[in-house]
Amino acid sequence: MTEAAASERVEFVLPGVKCAGCIAKIENGLRPLSGVHRARVNFTTKRVAIDHAPELTPDALRRAIAEIGFDAQPIAAAAPAAEDRESKALLRALAVAGFGAMNVMLLSVSVWSGAAGATRDLFHWLSALVAMPTVAYAGQPFFKSAWSALRRRRTNMDVPISIGVILATALSLFETIEGGPHAYFDGAVALLFFLLVGRYLDSMMRDRARNGVTALMRETAPGGTVLLPDGTTMWKRAADLEPSMRLLVAAGERFAADGVVEEGLSTVDRSLVTGETMPEPIAPGEPALAGTLNLANPLTLRVTAAGDRTSIAEILRMMEAAGQSRSFYVRVADRAARFYAPAVHTLALCSFAGWMLAGAGWHQSLLVAVAVLIITCPCALGLAVPVSQVVAAGALMRKGILIKDGSALERLAEADRACFDKTGTVTIGKLVPDGPLTLSTPEKSLALALARASLHPLSRALATVLESEQVEAASLSNLREHPGLGLEAIADGTRVALGRPAWLGIDRVDARGPVVAFRGGQGSTRLLRFFDRMRPDAPEVFRRLKRMGLETIILSGDRREAVAPIAQEVGATALVELTPAGKVEAIQRIERGGHRVLMVGDGLNDGPALAAGHVSMAPASATDVGQSAADAVFLGDRLAPVAIAVAAARRTRMVVRQNFALAIGYNALAVPLAIAGLVTPMLAAIAMSSSSLLVLANSLRLRNCAR
Amino acid sequence: MSGLGLLIPLALLLGLGGLAAFLWSLNAGQYDDLDGAGIRILTDEDCEP
Repeated sequence: MTEAAASERVEFVLPGVKCAGCIAKIENGLRPLSGVHRARVNFTTKRVAIDHAPELTPDALRRAIAEIGFDAQPIAAAAPAAEDRESKALLRALAVAGFGAMNVMLLSVSVWSGAAGATRDLFHWLSALVAMPTVAYAGQPFFKSAWSALRRRRTNMDVPISIGVILATALSLFETIEGGPHAYFDGAVALLFFLLVGRYLDSMMRDRARNGVTALMRETAPGGTVLLPDGTTMWKRAADLEPSMRLLVAAGERFAADGVVEEGLSTVDRSLVTGETMPEPIAPGEPALAGTLNLANPLTLRVTAAGDRTSIAEILRMMEAAGQSRSFYVRVADRAARFYAPAVHTLALCSFAGWMLAGAGWHQSLLVAVAVLIITCPCALGLAVPVSQVVAAGALMRKGILIKDGSALERLAEADRACFDKTGTVTIGKLVPDGPLTLSTPEKSLALALARASLHPLSRALATVLESEQVEAASLSNLREHPGLGLEAIADGTRVALGRPAWLGIDRVDARGPVVAFRGGQGSTRLLRFFDRMRPDAPEVFRRLKRMGLETIILSGDRREAVAPIAQEVGATALVELTPAGKVEAIQRIERGGHRVLMVGDGLNDGPALAAGHVSMAPASATDVGQSAADAVFLGDRLAPVAIAVAAARRTRMVVRQNFALAIGYNALAVPLAIAGLVTPMLAAIAMSSSSLLVLANSLRLRNCAR
Repeated sequence: MSGLGLLIPLALLLGLGGLAAFLWSLNAGQYDDLDGAGIRILTDEDCEP
C-alpha cells in the first residue's frame, strides 16, 4: 500500500448535530488528533466521515467525539447505499435529458415556424445528432427496467415508454435520412425529460426519509470488553465475540452478546428487547440478553451466543422474514401499466394494420403507428403518481411526518385496522411524577443526590424532575446500591435511602404507575408516585381513526395492570404480555381476516410487527430498529400525526385517481386524431406538455393535504 | 445561413458547457450536504474542505 492509501474510513451517526457551531466544534476537534487525516460532517445526513490511520480504532474515535461533547455511533458499512447512487444516476440522466430537450426543441420550433428545404434537413440532422446520444444515455433507467420486466415475462410502465421512445427515434432518423417533413426527436427527448422528473422526485423522496433513519444496529452494543485468560482485557467488536469468552460489562453498558452472569449482582433494563418497562434484578447463573442494559453494578458474563446467533439478531431475522410479504405489493402505477401497456400496443398495431389495409404504404402506416405510441405514451401517467406523492409527502414533512416512499402512502390509504404499541407510542415513554412531589427542600437535595447515583429509570425520572426545579444535590458518603431493592447512603450521620416501598417497610401501595419510596433524615418514609404519561391527544386520535373506519387495537409486551387503564381511556381493545413473535402473529391473524393493518410502534420488540403490518409508523423517539422497520416516522409529543397521515394518504389516493382520469381522458381525445393520421410533431408536443401541466397543477392541490 | 453556421454550434457548445459543469459539481459532491452548505457560512474560521 502506498502512503496515501494507508488510511481507513469510518462513518459515525451524530444525532446531536444541530447548528453550525456543532460542525465547527467536531471538525476542528478531530483534526488535531494524530492519525486523523480528514474529518467532514454531513449536516443533512447527520454523519461524520473520518479518514484515519489504521492504528486508530473506531472506539478510540468514538471516545474522542464524546470528549468533544457529542454522542456518536459507528455505522457498519461506510460504502454509499445503492439507492443513493441510483438517485445520482437519475439526476445525471435528468440533466442530460434537459440539455437535449431544450436544444432539440429550439431546432424543432424553427422547423415548425416554416424552415424548409435544405435548412429543415440540416436542423433535422442537428436534432438527430443531439437526440440520439441523449436517448441512449437518459433512456437507460427505463430501458433497463423494461428489459428486466420483459425477461421475467411481465410488463410495467417502462415497457410502453421504452418502445415508444426507441421507435420514435428510429423512425425520425429514417425520416431525416429520407429528407422527410416530420421528425419526432423533440417528442422522444421531451418525454424522457418529463418522465425522469417524476422518477427523480420519487427517488429523492425515498432518500430524504432514509437519511433520517439509519444504521440498524446503532442501539445495540457495538462491542464489549473481553477478559482474556491471562487477566488482561481487550475491546472487541460484537461480531468478533465467541461463546465461552468472558465479558466485562460496566454499569450503564449494553450487553454485546447473550450470556450467563458469572459474577456480580445488578439490575437490567430489558425494555429494548421485551418492552417490559421496569428493570429486574439479575444474579450469578441467570441469563442476560444482548442489547439489554446493565444498570447498577459491573458484571462478568460468560458468552453463550454472539454475533448473529443472539436473541437480538433473531428478532432482526424475524423482521426480515415478516417484511417479505410487503415486497409482493404492486404499486398503483404498475397496476395501471398492466392494463395500459397491452391496450396501447394493440391500438398502435391495429392502426398500422388498418392503414396498410386501406392501401397506404408501409412508411405512412408506420408513421401513424408511431404517432399513436407517442400520443399515448404515459407521460402524464408517469407523472400522475410521483408528483402527487411528492407534494403530499412535502406537506406531511412540514407537519413532522417523514414518509419513506410512495408505496407507503398508497398502503397507508388502504389500512382499515390500526394496531398500537403502548409504551413510547400511546404513552410518551418517559416517567413523570403523578401529582406534586411531597418532599421538603432538604429532602429534595438528598433525594437528588441518591437518584443521580443510579441508572434505574425511576431514579433518572426523579433526578430529571428535581434538576428542573434547580435543586442542589446534598453530599453523601458510603453510597451503596442494592440491586433490585434501592440505594442507601449516609448524610450528616443519618441513613438515607431510596428504593422499593417494600424494602423501606411499606407493603401496600395504591398507584397507577411505578412508585419509589424515600426515607431521609428525621422525616417519615415518603412515597413518590410516577406514571408514563399518555400522549395528550391519544383519546381524540383514537376517536378520529374510528370515525375514519379504522378499528384500533393495542398490542403490548407489558403487564395487564399497566395496559388496562390506558386501553380503557382511549377506548381500544388490548392484547397484553405479547412477545415480538406474538405481535406478528396477532397482526397476521387480522390480515388473514381480510383487513389491512397499520402498525404503530417504537421498540426493538415491535420491529417484526412493524415489518409484518401492511404499513407501519414509528415515533421519532423510537429505537433505530423501530424507525428503520417503519414506513413513516413522526416527530413530537402528539399522536395526531397518525390520523393526519392516514387522512393525507387517502386524499393523495383520490388525487392520483383524478390524475389518471385526466391523463386517460386526454388520450381518449388525442388518439382518434393520431389514428386518423392528423397528428404532426408539433401537435404531439403540445398535447404532451399540456396534459403533463394539467396533472402537475392538479397534484399541487395536495399542498395542504396534511390536516 | 452563415450566421446559423456560427450561432448553432455556439449555442450547443454553451449548453454542453453548462451540462459538463453540472455533472462535475454533482460528482465533486457539491450536492451531498445541501443543508450543511447553507449553515457552514456561519462558522468563523475558514475550514478546509
